[in-house]
Amino acid sequence: MKRWIAFLSIFAKDMRAYYLKPPNVSWGIIFPLAWTGMFFIRSGTGLENILELLPGVVTISILFGTTSLLSVTLTFERRNRSFERLLLAPISLELLMLAKTSGAILFGIVNAFIPVVIAAFLADMSGIAWSLFVPAIILIGIVSTFLGLFISVSASEVFEAQTFSNFFRFPMIFLCGLFFPVMSLPIFIRPLSFILPVTYGVDILHGAVNGEHILSFTLDFIILGAFCAVLFLLSLRNVKRRWIV
Amino acid sequence: MYQIQKDRTVKSDNSPAINVANLTKKYGEVVAVNDISFQVGNGELFGFLGPNGAGKTTTINLLTGLARLDAGTIKIGGIDCTGNPKAAQHLVGTVPDESNLYPELTGFENLCFCAALYGIRKSERQQRAQELLDIFGLTDAAHRKFAGYSKGMKRKLTFAAGIIHQPPILFLDEPTTGIDVGSARQVRKIIADLHRKGTTIFLTTHYIEEAERLCERIAFIVKGKIVKIDGTNELLQPVKGKNILILSVSNSEPDVTKGMASSFPQYRFEPAAPNQILVESPEPVNIGPLTRFLEERGIQVTEARRHLPSLEDVFVQVTGIEAELMRKDKERAGGGGNQ
Repeated sequence: MKRWIAFLSIFAKDMRAYYLKPPNVSWGIIFPLAWTGMFFIRSGTGLENILELLPGVVTISILFGTTSLLSVTLTFERRNRSFERLLLAPISLELLMLAKTSGAILFGIVNAFIPVVIAAFLADMSGIAWSLFVPAIILIGIVSTFLGLFISVSASEVFEAQTFSNFFRFPMIFLCGLFFPVMSLPIFIRPLSFILPVTYGVDILHGAVNGEHILSFTLDFIILGAFCAVLFLLSLRNVKRRWIV
Repeated sequence: MYQIQKDRTVKSDNSPAINVANLTKKYGEVVAVNDISFQVGNGELFGFLGPNGAGKTTTINLLTGLARLDAGTIKIGGIDCTGNPKAAQHLVGTVPDESNLYPELTGFENLCFCAALYGIRKSERQQRAQELLDIFGLTDAAHRKFAGYSKGMKRKLTFAAGIIHQPPILFLDEPTTGIDVGSARQVRKIIADLHRKGTTIFLTTHYIEEAERLCERIAFIVKGKIVKIDGTNELLQPVKGKNILILSVSNSEPDVTKGMASSFPQYRFEPAAPNQILVESPEPVNIGPLTRFLEERGIQVTEARRHLPSLEDVFVQVTGIEAELMRKDKERAGGGGNQ
């Protein structure tokens, strides 16, 4: 019980101090709106095609929603030594890092549903397989957050974390099948797509929305889950190695 | 009044509160802590005294799990933490040498948050936070953001955050460095209160008089090694009973002190500083004959000051480090230090 009081307090503190701040809330709403509008206008198609864009816009909203703040706040807390407070608390490092990431995961998931709500007013969404769509959003939220965690524990300065996260995020927009099918990419680039976790989440979303997917859903979920575990464990190892010296 | 709940989870056997054996920590080629061993008894106030860079903070980081040891063993509250620094963190409170609270939270929120990290329920943590804000004189600033606090207020709130979970063992890293005289006095009073109520305290400081005033036992640490460790009274023993007089004179050339030594063989003379002569004796020093002796030789005595031997004399004798240099060194490094 004591551990869960600590967990919930870290989660609530981060939500209040970082994620629910007006600039971040407005960023969380405006960013997915801007992406939806941009791709909708750029595609030059009618409203009926909005569902084709939905998996990409949802994913980009999660990706930027989760990684933008987490990488900055963690690096900042480490710089001003407030992260030491958490390291001194009698909770395991695993639970501590889960608490630190849960706010970002929730923020990413909420961001994901903004384009979904917009699409609900513009298109018929009765064909979406929600039992695949929702778990995929949650898993993309988790894997993106853990990617952000991995980045932030590898950086020493806030600007390093930001640069490092852009290094991952922008290529993923083009490589992970968000707006361009992976199979349409040049054959020598495709292996890169399959080493990026987001590809598997987007594949599920495309399958859930449009019925088009490359791999079986089971395999997509397993690989996404494995990426979550590996990124989390690597981040923990980096915290122990780099932050407890 | 804020109460320290003593011994909630400390093992009930006679294990020392802190037991360190052959502790070593290297950063590359630099040996920050070099094979140190010591014990701190339950309820004891133990001081770690040394200059800047001696290894005091590294030792605290090793004991609290913020740094990884290279060799040695650590037991806290009878629990072996050598391989698992988390094992005894529930027994420990830490006040670091720099404030490390959250700038975006208020003082009250910071304290409540720190209490929650130890699993304390909401109503209790709010009550404790309010009590500590009162004790530290921060009630008026309770709902102001920590970022807007003065340096002294930050140090006091950081101290309060370190004790809000009422730890039986407390690590204090330079708790009065960089704060004003009044705040330092208040902090020292709180340390003494905590000690009286049974908290085991491990205190690092470079203020010798602070260590002398507060600690029951003291270790002198220099360049990562403990050079002396003993009870404060035992450390003071060699200088106790000594009578020291410092004469400020117009000329303190060696032949003057030589002449004094041959005329007053019962005293020991040595030049203390430019134009100062130190007179030492097991018996009270009679000033009159000395001033007459000097004045007869055309040397003016501008001041005669009795010096009470202190831990500083012992520290200088053992380590060869001048206390004043140590203080200035710390202040140059940003410690401030208004005592």
